[in-house]
Amino acid sequence: MYVAVKGGERAINNAHAWLAEERRGDTGIAELSIEQIREQLALAVNRVMAEGSLYDPDLAALAIKQSRGDLIEAIFLIRAYRTTLPRFGASEPLDTGAMDCDRRISATFKDAPGGQILGPTFDYTHRLLDFKLAAEGGAPEAVSEPADPMDIPHIASFLGAEGLLQEEAKSDATPRDLTREPLSFPADRAVRLQALTRGDEGFLLGLGYSTQRGYARNHAFVGELRIGKVPVEMEIPELGFAIEIGEIDVTECETVNQFKGSKVEPPQFTRGYGLVFGQTERKAISMALVDRALRWEELGEENAGAAAQNVEFVLSHSDNIQATGFVEHIKLPHYVDFQAELELVRRLRREAEAAQQAAAPDATQPMVEEPAE
Amino acid sequence: MTPAVPSAEAKRRRWMSLLSRAPEAQVLSLWAGYAPKPDFDWLRRPEAGAVMVRGRMGGNGAPFNLGEMTVTRCSVRTADGRVGHAYVQGRGRDKAEAAALVDALMQGDEAPRIEAEILSKLEAGMEEARARRAGKAAATKVDFFTLVRGEDA
Repeated sequence: MYVAVKGGERAINNAHAWLAEERRGDTGIAELSIEQIREQLALAVNRVMAEGSLYDPDLAALAIKQSRGDLIEAIFLIRAYRTTLPRFGASEPLDTGAMDCDRRISATFKDAPGGQILGPTFDYTHRLLDFKLAAEGGAPEAVSEPADPMDIPHIASFLGAEGLLQEEAKSDATPRDLTREPLSFPADRAVRLQALTRGDEGFLLGLGYSTQRGYARNHAFVGELRIGKVPVEMEIPELGFAIEIGEIDVTECETVNQFKGSKVEPPQFTRGYGLVFGQTERKAISMALVDRALRWEELGEENAGAAAQNVEFVLSHSDNIQATGFVEHIKLPHYVDFQAELELVRRLRREAEAAQQAAAPDATQPMVEEPAE
Repeated sequence: MTPAVPSAEAKRRRWMSLLSRAPEAQVLSLWAGYAPKPDFDWLRRPEAGAVMVRGRMGGNGAPFNLGEMTVTRCSVRTADGRVGHAYVQGRGRDKAEAAALVDALMQGDEAPRIEAEILSKLEAGMEEARARRAGKAAATKVDFFTLVRGEDA
């Protein structure tokens, strides 16, 4: 029997009204604008764009304001919004080699052509709270020096020239899109990368860390990390040729991993790849580590049984909107389900008690309080 | 090889790309300063949508889907029959309208004026912004130097 229960409408409306009031906080304090969030909480905005899988800084800033800074809630809002947008098409694949780099570092080659460009990084800060910011941050100015308009080639191309780095397969095949077809296994690398780039940063960070600690054993170097602007090109159906339809900030990380060789591949370096919307360096590095771990099968490596090697485990749990939906739904009314469980447990208890009394009518031991399966 | 004289397609590609990427506020203020505005009919009213952005594995391998970006498009036909299209980043309907009208006008006698009053200014503004960032990046480039080690002294 299914019993529908109605009610709570007044309570829900009032809860939402209170939420709105709490969101605003103390009205004696100036309200945050979307522009302030976009400009001054840019890394939160970037995370919401990356995991919301929609590049639009103003929308991400609005979502952060609406969600009171709960970034997973903000990502949820963006995911819901993006389903309402018609899809105009797909871009040409980004040319990250043509990036205007704000940052570009390599942990493997000190003297890489193009140089080591630190960019606006937290690295090398002392992680001491800066109480000057609590008073008045002011408008600090960056130092500028004449820029050398040289190309900044991908580090991978140097190792590739020697044949020491596994080559990427050249292809223009249309990738499967997991926003259009359900996830199914085995998942090819294109689907895996799509899932990873929109996956939860914390989850991927933990998995990436696990690979470094020995679960799936792959000792990675950051061959290159670059952050900057790349143009996005799309072929316009009305015109029959491609134009640039915009410009986005992305973070790209390529790891190189020592590889002893296998039945199918010679000894060489292999690669893990991370590409994420915005300045999202921790996420891009984590993505590259997990991507590399998931490639064990195509490289003919041993399956060590590690979580980061298990494509079904990783891809089924990396999406924080799916995860939060299922984890959090158990707080919602389950009155009827639970009523049925309650009845079951009571009946099992009665039966156990009756059986016990039949076996030893004088027994005085208390019931063991264990939930019945 | 790049041809010495850009083709009609290359020219249109340039100005449409410029209009897509340029900051909305600057496009709108430059367009507001342009007169006379042409009469036109909508072939397609401004519509916000998404484009799936793709990347390549390892930067140069097979494509994969990175995520979507917002794009607004529209199409206009001027009273004298020129058709202009716009695909611009973001959700700016007014920017899309201005971009489509500029695209239409660039196909006729107004082109030199539009180039001087709008496109060249957009291009200069974007180049200036790019150069400003490049200058800051250059200042964070590491100069390595090797310390003299004890055994070498």
